[in-house]
Amino acid sequence: MKPFATVLEAGTSLTNKTGSWRIERPSYVNRLPPCNKACPAGENIQEWLSLVEQEKYEDAWREIVKHNPMPAIMGRVCYHPCENACNRVVVDNPVGINSVEQFLGDMAIREGWYFAPAAKSSGKKVLVIGAGPAGLSAAHHLAQLGHKVTIKESQKKAGGMMRYGIPQYRLARKVLDAEIKRIVKQGVDLQLGTKVSDLNVLMKEESFEAVFLSVGAGKARTTPFPTEKDTRVFDAVSVLRDMEGKDKPDLGKRVAVYGGGNAALDVARTAKRLGAKDVTIIYRRNREKMPAHDFEVEEALEEKIEINFLSTIKSYQGKKITLEKMALDKSGFPQPTGKTERMEADCVVLALGQGVDAELFDGVDALKMEKGIIPVDEQMMTAQEGVFAGGDMVSSFRNVTISIGHGKKAARCMDAWLRGQKGASSKKHDLASSDRLNTWYYEKAPRRNRKLADPAQRTDSFDEVIKGLSQTDALSEARRCLSCGNCFECDNCYGVCPDNAIKKLGKGKGFEINYDYCKGCGLCVAECPCGAMEMTPEEN
Amino acid sequence: MMKNTSFNPKGNRTIGNRLQEACECTVQSSKDRCNSLTSGHRACQGCGEALGARWVVDAAMKAAKGKLLVVNATGCLEVFSTPYPETAWQVPWVHSLFGNAPAVATGVAAAMRVKGKGDVRVLAQGGDGSTTDIGFGCLSGMFERNDDVLYVCYDNQAYMNTGVQRSSATPPTASTATTPSMGHEPGNVFGTGKNLPLLAMAHQIPYVATASLSDTRDLEAKVERAMSFSGARYLHVLVPCPLGWGYVPNDTIRLSRLAVQCGLFPLFEAEDGEVTSATKICEPCPVEDYLKPQKRFANLFKGDKKSDKRLAQMQAIADANIRRFDLLGDEENCK
Amino acid sequence: MLKQVEGSRAVAEVVALCRPEVVCAYPITPQTHIVEGLGELVKAGHVENCDYINVESEFAALSVAIGASAAGARAYTATSSQGLLFMAEAVFNAAGMGLPIVMTLGNRAIGAPINIWNDHSDAMSMRDAGWIQLFAENNQEAADLHIQAFRIAEELSCPVMVCVDGFILTHAVEEVDVPTQEQVDAFVPPFEPVQVLDIKAPVSIGTLVGPDAFTEVRYLDHKKQLRAYDVINNVSRAFKKAFGREAGGMIRTYHVDDAKTIIVAMGSVIGTLKDMVDEKREQGQKIGLVSICSFRPFPSKEIQEVLQKAKHIIVLEKSLASGQGGVMSAHVKLSIDKKIPVTTLIAGLGGRPIPKKSLSDFVESMEKGTHGELHFLDLDHAVVERELAAFEQEKGRGR
Ligand SMILES: Cc1ncc(C[n+]2csc(CCOP(=O)(O)OP(=O)(O)O)c2C)c(N)n1
Ligand code: SF4
Ligand code: SF4
Ligand code: SF4
Ligand code: SF4
Ligand SMILES: [Mg+2]
Repeated sequence: MKPFATVLEAGTSLTNKTGSWRIERPSYVNRLPPCNKACPAGENIQEWLSLVEQEKYEDAWREIVKHNPMPAIMGRVCYHPCENACNRVVVDNPVGINSVEQFLGDMAIREGWYFAPAAKSSGKKVLVIGAGPAGLSAAHHLAQLGHKVTIKESQKKAGGMMRYGIPQYRLARKVLDAEIKRIVKQGVDLQLGTKVSDLNVLMKEESFEAVFLSVGAGKARTTPFPTEKDTRVFDAVSVLRDMEGKDKPDLGKRVAVYGGGNAALDVARTAKRLGAKDVTIIYRRNREKMPAHDFEVEEALEEKIEINFLSTIKSYQGKKITLEKMALDKSGFPQPTGKTERMEADCVVLALGQGVDAELFDGVDALKMEKGIIPVDEQMMTAQEGVFAGGDMVSSFRNVTISIGHGKKAARCMDAWLRGQKGASSKKHDLASSDRLNTWYYEKAPRRNRKLADPAQRTDSFDEVIKGLSQTDALSEARRCLSCGNCFECDNCYGVCPDNAIKKLGKGKGFEINYDYCKGCGLCVAECPCGAMEMTPEEN
Repeated sequence: MMKNTSFNPKGNRTIGNRLQEACECTVQSSKDRCNSLTSGHRACQGCGEALGARWVVDAAMKAAKGKLLVVNATGCLEVFSTPYPETAWQVPWVHSLFGNAPAVATGVAAAMRVKGKGDVRVLAQGGDGSTTDIGFGCLSGMFERNDDVLYVCYDNQAYMNTGVQRSSATPPTASTATTPSMGHEPGNVFGTGKNLPLLAMAHQIPYVATASLSDTRDLEAKVERAMSFSGARYLHVLVPCPLGWGYVPNDTIRLSRLAVQCGLFPLFEAEDGEVTSATKICEPCPVEDYLKPQKRFANLFKGDKKSDKRLAQMQAIADANIRRFDLLGDEENCK
Repeated sequence: MLKQVEGSRAVAEVVALCRPEVVCAYPITPQTHIVEGLGELVKAGHVENCDYINVESEFAALSVAIGASAAGARAYTATSSQGLLFMAEAVFNAAGMGLPIVMTLGNRAIGAPINIWNDHSDAMSMRDAGWIQLFAENNQEAADLHIQAFRIAEELSCPVMVCVDGFILTHAVEEVDVPTQEQVDAFVPPFEPVQVLDIKAPVSIGTLVGPDAFTEVRYLDHKKQLRAYDVINNVSRAFKKAFGREAGGMIRTYHVDDAKTIIVAMGSVIGTLKDMVDEKREQGQKIGLVSICSFRPFPSKEIQEVLQKAKHIIVLEKSLASGQGGVMSAHVKLSIDKKIPVTTLIAGLGGRPIPKKSLSDFVESMEKGTHGELHFLDLDHAVVERELAAFEQEKGRGR
């Protein structure tokens, strides 16, 4: 017989429920990663990066296309605000989200991954006007929701700004075509070269129950300086559009581009590729204030494009341009200095921004422009019931990704509206800001960047400048993701609990806190690298 | 020493990694770890000793393929784990006295040897008080005889179980119940204390190492390494004590980390009396970062000349460690 | 086999025959020859599967034994005097944990003043530690008690201390019958612990017990000591059957049946006392003798029985409870009828010889009623009176 009291059977302490000591309770949470928050298309970036991390590439791609049906395109042309928001800067530098997206997009094209058609048809017909990013995105999401979608596009080809505004060296047309084809293939009726004249009539005639307008903003601004009759002044929008036609625009050997946005750079770099020797961008403020993205400016400079900062064009007469030098005032606005300079150019291309072409809506009273855009409500609906709008025409912040986001949101709101409901604004989690992280656990790992074609050679053709990542690099980039706000099964919480109060449920199944024993010390929460846990006071 | 996987920049310091099989990461990440010290024990919230003991004994259990007997000295670990009628131990465990754990372990190991169960290994453990002070004679004897025992000291730098009194492991300036923050030299005085790992090395035993709760992989690798030797082995683990050090319980691991990163607690290994490796400091910090969150060091932060001087003396101790063990990391060993 | 050997050697050989698995030793006079002998026997390969461990202190020695015993090994150690005190904490601990360790105590005085010679103060200091304490009269019994000790200890899960008077027995060369291995094997079965560190059935041994159960733990310890009465007697009887000679048991008596004066004592002094009793008997005095073999558990019942008809009791003690008198006397008084007068005779402190003549003179003078309750045999009155006088004088000077 074992001695009384001084010998005890193993593990009998389990009868002592130390959970009663707790005044704060840990729990698992999902927080919104800043990248997700910043993504205009609303992608769950952290989630698909995590799938890539586990080498589940197709799953990752399918996660992206829940929000953005064109990852190969976005992986090339998106200005990736996600990366600017990325928490990894506190460790080294942001995750190359965009490059992994491109990798997945390209892989999907290569592998022929297609969208599965909607499980159930709604029996409703909807119309999308304009096959740009917003329109295509809306069409995709509407189709996925079971609606019968027709797209009417005035141009000969679909793509909108993606085709007629973004040069080929940034977006190869076979990529664009492939992603459009995939959207269409799920049963979207794409009608090209069809200009809509009277919306209301059309809707009635073809019995569309709802419509999404996404005609973009393709109207150039007028020339802001005096010219002579035969001086050659073009606008960026038409130069880039004409690049898609048979006859390429003839810009001459010396090209001046006026403006500082991305379109200015696109045109300048296009001019270079068309054979111009001297290409100069004229911009009224300095480099820091330039709206164009830094990497594009960098690439342009590599291609020997000159930039004349702090200059405005006073006049363009003959081949002579008179520039006035500017100086920034305290608030950063350019003020004329009175000093002038001269230069020569065979043409001037204006890249001063675009407006919405309002002609289309002349017949519809409810579609009145305000401050250059069509106003829409929270649900992306215009003043006219059943008419939704998105993309460049409803916003002065314009880019392809924002448009894709609009397309998705509008599609969901239209779907709700068609069912007589309101689009639920999904409740967002708390932000997984960098102060939520325990960065000790993340080691420095150099970012693997996409390679650029050699500047000396790349201006000889319209081949893509940026080369995609290799699989190894894509994987490594995905593994750099800190998984902000979402558990990545690092086992820290499970490992650090002094009370053995956390149960590991197994790969992919997460963890469970055993509140019978958790004393509420908070160690698990403090040592969670990614902020996927929180402490909350115990009630009473 | 560190089991490293250049696999994943967010998986090398964490306890587990879903991209790897549990066995390649740590024992603590495994679903099947033995939880040698299980739930229901009565340690304070966030007790570093409770955590350290589970890490060490689980790892030793794995290395010994489940054939492990544990001897425990009197102290917090013993008291909070085995108050009648409950024990939190799931491994065979014996407690005798405050100062005799190494000798008891010698006896246990001898029993296994004579019974032809040499594959059953013995681990003895105790706090810093039992190790560096009252049990040091027995420990030295066990070392000297090179008995087949892994002795683990859980160093929380004072006699915690009796209410935080000074031990010979209490650092200078730390206030304890017997070195109060008073007088012209508040807290524990400079120039005292003993360095047990170095003393252990002086016994020329096969293996000596220090470890901290900031690095599970390193700690477990050291336990595993220790278990690969026969003879006397010594592992000294720094285990912060929220109660005795005066900090919020969720800081236990952060403080372990800072203790290492500031240089006050060097991580190293030695075999046969020679240092064989030292873990580089990759995110160096001033001792202040480590000391300031702890109430026991509050006397260093009065902002007067005298406390500044004493703080500088503390920094000098860290700097001396950094020099002695060549702790500063470079690009190569700090990714 | 009959041998002319030193007591320590006899003990060492017998212990070796009991197949200890772990022997730990730290030297202290007069225990040294025992552990030296064992060391030699183990090293020479005469003890199978035995680990002999040279430790750094007595505290370690008993602690090693505790560990070995908790892990299921038969453990043995030996010490004396200061050594016993040095291991004091472990002495209590081994008993509290119920570990059947056997320890030889080569009885020696405790310092200061440091003194290496025999008395019983060391054993008395640990009388409440929870051990069984057996006292040997002579070297044969010293050897025999060890054989019994392992069996008693393991049957009860209780440590046993075999007390052997330092020098008088440990260093005396006498004839001892050292049994054969077969005889001992037949008498001492293999150790089967009731609690053991076992990887297949993990338990926690040596837990913390609070006020809610401590009294019960102690009560059960006491019951265990009470159970030991029977075990000790049974083992002694079995021993007699197996080996054909008397050894152990609770007490042994010598001419007590008609005795008016009975002397109670223990250990090696019994031999001298027997001689004196014989002499006095020849002179027609009705004197008898009780030898206590088991001091713990204390044989109260037996003492009460044998002493009830005595007119006078003398308790000879080799230790002094300063400020009180005799420890054993106190025990005896508690066991008997209050009306029988008990005289405490403190003798043999720090190795002071106990001559038969002094004893005889004491008995004689006592019968004349010249002594009080407490008497110191052969005390040098001149010295102590001088010292006391000097003390008084200093006190007078107002120091
Ligand atoms: C011989 C002895 N002296 C003193 C004590 C009281 N005592 C028990 S635990 C303890 C402190 C233990 O300190 P440490 O070994 O550092 O372990 P901790 O409790 O800090 O983990 C003390 C002094 C004792 N039990 N035994
Ligand atoms: S680290 Fe990952 S989850 Fe966090 S912001 Fe960057 S990409 Fe998003
Ligand atoms: S570490 Fe364990 S005890 Fe502490 S809060 Fe987390 S689950 Fe609870
Ligand atoms: S600590 Fe690791 S495993 Fe636990 S919630 Fe955070 S990320 Fe997930
Ligand atoms: S006092 Fe310290 S060592 Fe003891 S249980 Fe509390 S936190 Fe742990
Ligand atoms: Mg301590």
